[in-house]
Amino acid sequence: MIRIEHLVKSFGPLEVLKDISTEVGSGEVVAIIGPSGSGKSTLLRCINLLEIPTAGHIFVDGVDITSSKCDILKVRQNVGMVFQHFNLFPHKTVMGNLTYAPMKVRGLSKADASEIALDLLTKVGLSEKADQYPSRLSGGQKQRVAIARALAMQPDVMLFDEPTSALDPEMVKEVLDVMKGLVKTGITMAIVTHEMGFAREVADRVLFLDGGYLVEDAPPDVFFSAPKSDRAQQFLEKVL
Amino acid sequence: MNLDFGQIIPSLPFILNGIVVTLKFTLLSALFGFTLGTLLSLLKISSIKPLRWFAEFYTSIFRGTPLILQLALVYFATPQLIGYKISPIEAGVLTFALNSAAYSSETIRAGIMAVDKGQREASMSLGVPYRPMMLDIILPQAFKNILPALVNESIALLKDSALVSTIGVLDLMRRAQVVAGQTFLYFEPLIIVGVIYYVMVMGLTQAAQVLERRMRRSD
Repeated sequence: MIRIEHLVKSFGPLEVLKDISTEVGSGEVVAIIGPSGSGKSTLLRCINLLEIPTAGHIFVDGVDITSSKCDILKVRQNVGMVFQHFNLFPHKTVMGNLTYAPMKVRGLSKADASEIALDLLTKVGLSEKADQYPSRLSGGQKQRVAIARALAMQPDVMLFDEPTSALDPEMVKEVLDVMKGLVKTGITMAIVTHEMGFAREVADRVLFLDGGYLVEDAPPDVFFSAPKSDRAQQFLEKVL
Repeated sequence: MNLDFGQIIPSLPFILNGIVVTLKFTLLSALFGFTLGTLLSLLKISSIKPLRWFAEFYTSIFRGTPLILQLALVYFATPQLIGYKISPIEAGVLTFALNSAAYSSETIRAGIMAVDKGQREASMSLGVPYRPMMLDIILPQAFKNILPALVNESIALLKDSALVSTIGVLDLMRRAQVVAGQTFLYFEPLIIVGVIYYVMVMGLTQAAQVLERRMRRSD
């Protein structure tokens, strides 16, 4: 589903990602972990071209999204993203947040978009908040709406950029529960997270990044019980 | 002191008709000015350098010269340059819109920059193209933030509109001068239009507060 070949990303003289190559299969759930500044978020943001790669190739669904001929907007429609700070549209209701892109970008009718939206809101347990503005929601509720908003475009891939890092501790679980439900639907997911327990439970594979290098790429039981590199061992000692 | 408002009363309908002229003039100037200002502000944040340079240069011209000079140039020089006999009201609206665009583009640019960049990223991640992203997501939030500044700009436009009396538009100011010329009374007609301007500005301020409260509903 996603294939990354020799990806390099620099911000000016600073090389943030150094020759990253990996693959995410269809329906696979990949957790991306590592110390702060290791390039996790940048890697994720390259997959929907919020960051433009400096070198290398990324294929989504067989299409080279780094090619100049590629229609970026089309790629993004198929790759949903959930942000650390939710980024809901504050001037639109919850319903408006969910129906805007499907109507504007995919050309769905209001009735069709609303039906999909209401179905998704029910799944994340927020159907009664449809007419509220985001400012009236708690952090956990906002993030659940943000997940539903990304799903409303019916993407094949979902990217999560530290989805629980900005939440109060008691709200982390409700968001993780929604994400666990999503794993069961078989959608391809890439998750940058600091929730090691969650990564261990739901991920098919763990990518460990450090200093811009992809240091380890292993199934979670292998990675968490017997990390190969010193750097991963040190990291796990600190966070577990 | 010999004040005689009695002599002015027959001229009152004539003066009051100026309200329509002044309001229409201000409304048109603000409408064209803010629209053009929005376009200019988008040029100013564009990644294409020549577009930015053009917008910066445009702003510097209209900020760097007196409004009354711009007005005189547009009104008196247009027939000379392109042979079109421009009417005073056209010249006025054109000048004020161009001038107001220069000032409001700075305000609108700041308003756009103040919208959280996450809004842009969220729109982009949903595959929303540039135009609808700006029109539906970014600009509504930007305008909400800068509403007080735009109200100030509108008030300035309303008051500065008195300058068009110099090219013969029969606005409030001009009508006061006409009545003064006919009656040889200066204080009475001038103070009357002064009060009218003041009331209009207060009305505008009130309307803006109502609008602002409505827009803050989503907070």
